[in-house]
Amino acid sequence: MAKPRIKISGGHLIDPHNRMDAVLDVCVAQGRVAAIGEGSADFTYDIEIDAAGLCVIPGVIDLCARLREPGLEYKASIDSECRAAAASGITTLCCPPDTNPVIDTPAVIEMIHHRARQVGAARVVGLGALTHHLDGVHLSEMAALKQAGCIGVSNALAPLASTLIERRAFEYAATFDLTVYLHADDAALSANGCLHEGRVSTRLGLPGIPEAAETVAVARDLALIQQTGVRAHFGRLTTQRAVRMVARAQYDGVPVTADAAIPYLYLTDLDALDFGADYHFIPPLRTQEDRAGLLEGLRGGALSAICSDHQPHEADAKLAPFPATQAGASGLDSLLPLTLKLAHDQHLPLADAIARLTSGPARILNLPYGELGIGRAADICIFAPDAAWRLNAASMHSQGKNTPFRGWEMPAKVRYTLRDGTIIHTSD
Amino acid sequence: MSRTNLQIGDDGKLRHFLSTEGLTHGLLNEILDTAESFAGVTEQSVKKVPLLRGRTIVNLFFEASTRTRTTFELAAKRLSADVLNINVDASATVKGETLLDTLRNLEAMHVDMFVVRHCDSGTAHFIARHVQPHVSVINAGDGRHAHPTQAMLDMFTIRREKGADFGRLRVAIVGDIAHSRVARSQIHALNLLNTSEVRIVAPRTLLPFDVESLGVKVYHDLRDGLRDVDVVIMLRLQNERMKGAMLPSEHEYFQLYGLTEEKLSMASPDVTVMHPGPINRGVEIDSQVADGSRSVILQQVTYGIAVRMAVMSMAMQQRPSQENHG
Repeated sequence: MAKPRIKISGGHLIDPHNRMDAVLDVCVAQGRVAAIGEGSADFTYDIEIDAAGLCVIPGVIDLCARLREPGLEYKASIDSECRAAAASGITTLCCPPDTNPVIDTPAVIEMIHHRARQVGAARVVGLGALTHHLDGVHLSEMAALKQAGCIGVSNALAPLASTLIERRAFEYAATFDLTVYLHADDAALSANGCLHEGRVSTRLGLPGIPEAAETVAVARDLALIQQTGVRAHFGRLTTQRAVRMVARAQYDGVPVTADAAIPYLYLTDLDALDFGADYHFIPPLRTQEDRAGLLEGLRGGALSAICSDHQPHEADAKLAPFPATQAGASGLDSLLPLTLKLAHDQHLPLADAIARLTSGPARILNLPYGELGIGRAADICIFAPDAAWRLNAASMHSQGKNTPFRGWEMPAKVRYTLRDGTIIHTSD
Repeated sequence: MSRTNLQIGDDGKLRHFLSTEGLTHGLLNEILDTAESFAGVTEQSVKKVPLLRGRTIVNLFFEASTRTRTTFELAAKRLSADVLNINVDASATVKGETLLDTLRNLEAMHVDMFVVRHCDSGTAHFIARHVQPHVSVINAGDGRHAHPTQAMLDMFTIRREKGADFGRLRVAIVGDIAHSRVARSQIHALNLLNTSEVRIVAPRTLLPFDVESLGVKVYHDLRDGLRDVDVVIMLRLQNERMKGAMLPSEHEYFQLYGLTEEKLSMASPDVTVMHPGPINRGVEIDSQVADGSRSVILQQVTYGIAVRMAVMSMAMQQRPSQENHG
């Protein structure tokens, strides 16, 4: 089926990877970027998108989004979340392996890819399980998972039974050049915890998760990354100290990358003082110093991506006493706007903020997306930079309405999303 | 970030009783004064007053309790309320009915008040946020967070023993602060009542992160911590703390933190010894002290009824459907 030839006219193109930051036309043919700027003068097109006053950026890549399918379709589905992603300018979603069944066989990842292709909205890539059933003991069939399309391996939030198993898992993954995606957590130190161990947990009598649960794990993981030479990525770091440890390791040439998730860039444990279940996160929201440390890591580049850590829930999941509620927030709808807000609030230059959603995660995933060079896949997000809107259940596209940002003003609105040159979302 | 105070109604009166934190000095004194008036009632031969006649109070306990539940039940009966005791195995609710389902079902029976105990911190707040406007919630203990009626009966005991001026008192709380909802509620209440000095005595493993931020002075040595105190409150040490990495042995704990006559001699000569019960003789307190002349452990239990009557009647006093009030 022939794809339409599309000309995006008069938009402000910001492509950090290619150092573009100017009003330039973008032309799309056969699903790819065909021409940019001057080269587009004699481009013939089927569709013209008038992007005057709008920003044109590479499609957003979300490093960590739970789609809840297979297994938890009462929370969300590949259909609902891939469409929600498209509506939020996201063209590639990376889902962790903790579905039910777990992504530990080719059949599960093939089913996810198949369903995503059927929906035809955002593209989905997946991480295979590092251990069978995420049991932390038996290695998964990583070669088969890679062949079936898994772009990396991870044990999601589940712990590994020992440092020896961690070492072997890293070695086995390195054999097949698979990146290991890590959740930095020492399970013994974080056991039963539900809030950062600090003054707020002391006050509320909630079992705490100490900072050391993250830093001890990062230290251990870094030692084993150096020992084995595996390529590794720390997802969703939350503490200032862990970010500095990773920055130091990067300086020393260790093949390691890291990201931060949106909630930790805006919220702290103080927000949970009312026992509000929307502030229940694992890992937990930390302190103001930690939040500053994450922003510092984003500025300095130690954190090369920002993800949503999307965890859509049904309403009941949050209707219980704080420790009994399920952790996490629905984050697809707020990923791009709240990343742009970091630039508005002058925490980060605009081009760097956009890089953390595009070229940064693309490099971590080792995928040829997140930039608009000639010949690249035409994954494009076009947004109105000054069209503020309010986040609430009615305005959210995700099936999960659980968010700590309810009522917040979002600074920018997505008008068009293209994936592989196909328009997968438009709005006024 | 805004904290909504669920406990206080628009008229400034007690709406729910969830925590001693966030209440006012005036409200705490009102509870103590009201309890004083009920203490007279409980000492008479006819112990009932008709204040809550026709009202239904549900004791909703998701955690085992004898003492607290019994005194709540007695308090409600002495106020002439109808009382329903419901003991829910928390694991059963996990399987099917949610906490909110349980609540809605009971509400449908036209209940006026829930007295709630649950192993999760924040449960009473959660329930208070979801009950109908005419229903009050009393926290009978939530996780490690709060046990405000216990704290208030302790304040009542101190007031009876030492007089109403907390400003000249030094109070030491000894034992497992980290896991204690009683300690947290006591600390807030003592500070709200302007206690001159609130001390905490425990090894580091039994203290929560930065406990000083609650407004206490920390001691690791019991003799130092007891020096010149007017009141010492011993906390119960759960047996399971002995088995993990919290403490090496009962023996060493008693050596260091067990209250004996010898250690008590560091305190003010007219020191009052308290314990929320049930006590572990020979673990946190020596029998000689527990049964000694300075111990008011049994009075605490008696006062618990008057204090719970006070809190129940106050929280119910501004319900729209009420019939009797003064």
